[in-house]
Amino acid sequence: MLLTVILGLFSAILMLPLGNKIKTRWSGLLALVPAIIFLYYLYYVPAVSTGTIYTQILPWVPSMDINFAFRLDGLSLLFALLISGIGTAIFVYAIKYLKGHPYFDRFFGYLCLFMAAMLGVVLSDNIFSLFIFWELTSISSFFLIGFNNDSDESRTSALRALTVTGMGGFFLLAGLALLGNIAGTYYISELVLARDLIIGHRLYPVILALIFLGAFTKSAQFPFHFWLPGAMKAPTPVSAYLHSATMVKAGIYLLARFNPVLGHTELWSYTLMIVGGFTMIYAALHALFRLDLKGILAYSTISALGVLTFLIGLGTKEAIIAVVVFILVHALYKATLFMVTGIIDHETGTRDISKLAGLRKMMPWVAVAGGLAALSSAGLPITFGFIGKDLIYAATLESGDTLAIILTSLAVGTNIALVAAGFMAGIKPFSGKLPETLQDTPRPYAALWIPPLILGVLGLIAGIFPGVTGNYFSLQAADSIFGGNTDLHLAIWHGVNTVLILSLATLGTGILVYLANKPSAGKLQALERLNVISPQYIFDLLGRGLLKLSQNYTNVVHNGYLRSYHLKIILFAEALLVYKLWLSGPIHLDWENLTALSIYEVAVVLILIGAMGIVLSTPYLLTAVLAMTVVGYCICLMFVFYSAPDLAMTQFTIDTLTTVLFVLVLYKLPPFLKLESSTRRYRDIAVALGFGTILSLIALKVINEPIEKSISQFYGENAYLLAKGKNVVNVILVDFRGIDTLFETVVLSIAAIGVYSLLKLRLKSSEKE
Amino acid sequence: MRSTILQTATRYLLPILLLFSVFLLLRGHYFPGGGFVGGLVASIAFVLHSFANGAEASMKIMRRKPLSLIPMGLGLAVLSVIIPTFFGYPPMTGLWLEEKFPVIGSIGTALFFDIGVYLVVIGVVLTILFTISLNQD
Repeated sequence: MLLTVILGLFSAILMLPLGNKIKTRWSGLLALVPAIIFLYYLYYVPAVSTGTIYTQILPWVPSMDINFAFRLDGLSLLFALLISGIGTAIFVYAIKYLKGHPYFDRFFGYLCLFMAAMLGVVLSDNIFSLFIFWELTSISSFFLIGFNNDSDESRTSALRALTVTGMGGFFLLAGLALLGNIAGTYYISELVLARDLIIGHRLYPVILALIFLGAFTKSAQFPFHFWLPGAMKAPTPVSAYLHSATMVKAGIYLLARFNPVLGHTELWSYTLMIVGGFTMIYAALHALFRLDLKGILAYSTISALGVLTFLIGLGTKEAIIAVVVFILVHALYKATLFMVTGIIDHETGTRDISKLAGLRKMMPWVAVAGGLAALSSAGLPITFGFIGKDLIYAATLESGDTLAIILTSLAVGTNIALVAAGFMAGIKPFSGKLPETLQDTPRPYAALWIPPLILGVLGLIAGIFPGVTGNYFSLQAADSIFGGNTDLHLAIWHGVNTVLILSLATLGTGILVYLANKPSAGKLQALERLNVISPQYIFDLLGRGLLKLSQNYTNVVHNGYLRSYHLKIILFAEALLVYKLWLSGPIHLDWENLTALSIYEVAVVLILIGAMGIVLSTPYLLTAVLAMTVVGYCICLMFVFYSAPDLAMTQFTIDTLTTVLFVLVLYKLPPFLKLESSTRRYRDIAVALGFGTILSLIALKVINEPIEKSISQFYGENAYLLAKGKNVVNVILVDFRGIDTLFETVVLSIAAIGVYSLLKLRLKSSEKE
Repeated sequence: MRSTILQTATRYLLPILLLFSVFLLLRGHYFPGGGFVGGLVASIAFVLHSFANGAEASMKIMRRKPLSLIPMGLGLAVLSVIIPTFFGYPPMTGLWLEEKFPVIGSIGTALFFDIGVYLVVIGVVLTILFTISLNQD
């Protein structure tokens, strides 16, 4: 399992050195990556379908219980197969779709990264590694949405998607951390055992709210759904893969995975049913008004995600079975429809549904794929979608008298709209008379239409052999979500009952709606007038407010004047130190115990004071700098007097180099101009004197305190024993606290690179002029 | 400002100061000194040379940009941190060879760490100073 994740990440990294080869000759090899992963997981199907669970642990930060723990059960396997299987189809498709694109290699780098991250999400048993992979999917999605980075809209949409999903991820982290702390374990498989403790805890509603925020933002539930239609700015293969089949299902996966831990309570069920129920009907109706094929698909995806959330909330055996089947059904037909849309866009250059018709003559196989997907989405008997729809109705009907009627009618209403939306996307462009404008549409390449056709046909096969699909791909997944035995048994024919009648009624009404519904630019505009109260509008308003706030803050605090930064830093340090001194009480000085002054010390202090007088009074910058150096050297001498030769040597060389640096810089500056007013000068003197006084007080205070000698004693005793050095200072630097030194050198290097790049950059821009 | 006296003096001062810096570096484990001070002294040697002959001439003597010393030094330091893990010790464990070498003394990972610090310090100081001084014109 670990290997597959690494394979994905590794392939992403390989794009850097091999990018140019992959763009041209080796592009076909790319499809091998998901294909190998798919075969790998297919190999596990027989064992997992009988209930075997595989685990694998790679320690990462074991001291904090953060590890890469992978666990392959039915639910994980179902998702892993979807990710790699649909991934294979998408890769084959995208290689052709993006052929010759200048960022071809970059695109597949992001796609491989995404695939690895998504596999990580569904395989992780440790909640922190799950979170990390979760965030990685958001990040790769950001890059893919903004792939056409010269388009302003793409960039805005990418940023919006990242903000929404990233914010959700933040809440999720908080929720997961709380959950782990309460249960005392960071492993989902162990959290299940602590279920009673978690549900009874007073923070349970908070945890639920946080995890819901994470799941709803990722899976585009109302009111966070708006990023998903925007995400359609990504190239179509991305929409097919991330934004319909896999990534947006991560939220659903999370809910499903935590259902046995957190679920089956009123709070859980009602929240999910209300949010999911509203989202599914809201988005399904929206889909009917769209003109853009991808817009239709985006909204019908949101609606399908709503259905899934709703079903998890329902939580009965039937509902959970319906969740599993519908995840599979939806992934198959929606990816197909997206790819079909992509082909149409690729060949005709438009996705406007009112301009498309009769394309079956140009692309018969694409039409077959689109038709199959549309029928599966409509739930025509013998397609897999039929079984999915049946199960949804069976689930809602089971839920008690009045509730059953409400929920079922909600589900029927949603499905009618989804049938119509599916037909609009999968059948409308191919039916009717071919318009003049599309007469010379080129025929699509086989590599473009074969993947959607395979997925479409798979939807049909899965429906014809429901037993196989049920036993091998759904049973264990449903059990993992339910947290018990679901006795899942899929069948295509249950006899004539309420469910069948509802299914057929949905299909019939859906087709009628499709025939009657003529989306037009006018209707769309009327709908867009309501945007003022839409979540997206409010979200953007908040975003702009935040930008304004941070701009004002920056203008005040970071005004760009070095002197202002210095003043703020020193004043803040003074405040902290004074506060601490105040707390620690009065200072008692024992004059008797102080060592007597020597003539050398007095002389050095006098020189020091004289040098400072020169610094303050000289009109020349250079003189001031040299006098400052004298001050530094005097301090050096002090170190020598008090037997700290290492310190003295370092101080001496540093002072010398600082002076050299000053001279180099001052060479370019004008002579000492008096730019500041005398009040400012007095203020600065006060601040400087204050700082000096405080430090002196601290030094006196230190003499007062009983000296803690255990640390210096340890170093003194062990320097030679443990580190074979006699110079304790140096041993501390290179051995005992070597990691500190290492990072200090890193900081130094960063400073050097900063200076280097700043000056080189400035040189370049002046060279241009 | 080119002074013949300074130019002549640096010709002899540069090797002597560099030798002194290496001396400081090597004795650091037993007596005052170490990689940091050693690196600073070596930097001063080159800075003095660049004052007399210009930064380009100093770089020519070094045969490389000072910036390239930084990754070398960091790499050496990191390596000395990692090497003990290959022998089954926690990272940063001080490993020493049994025999003492003439002139150098004991050789151990801490020495390589110090050499790494030495190189980084030279690299950082000279990068900053040379970039600024070459930027003058």
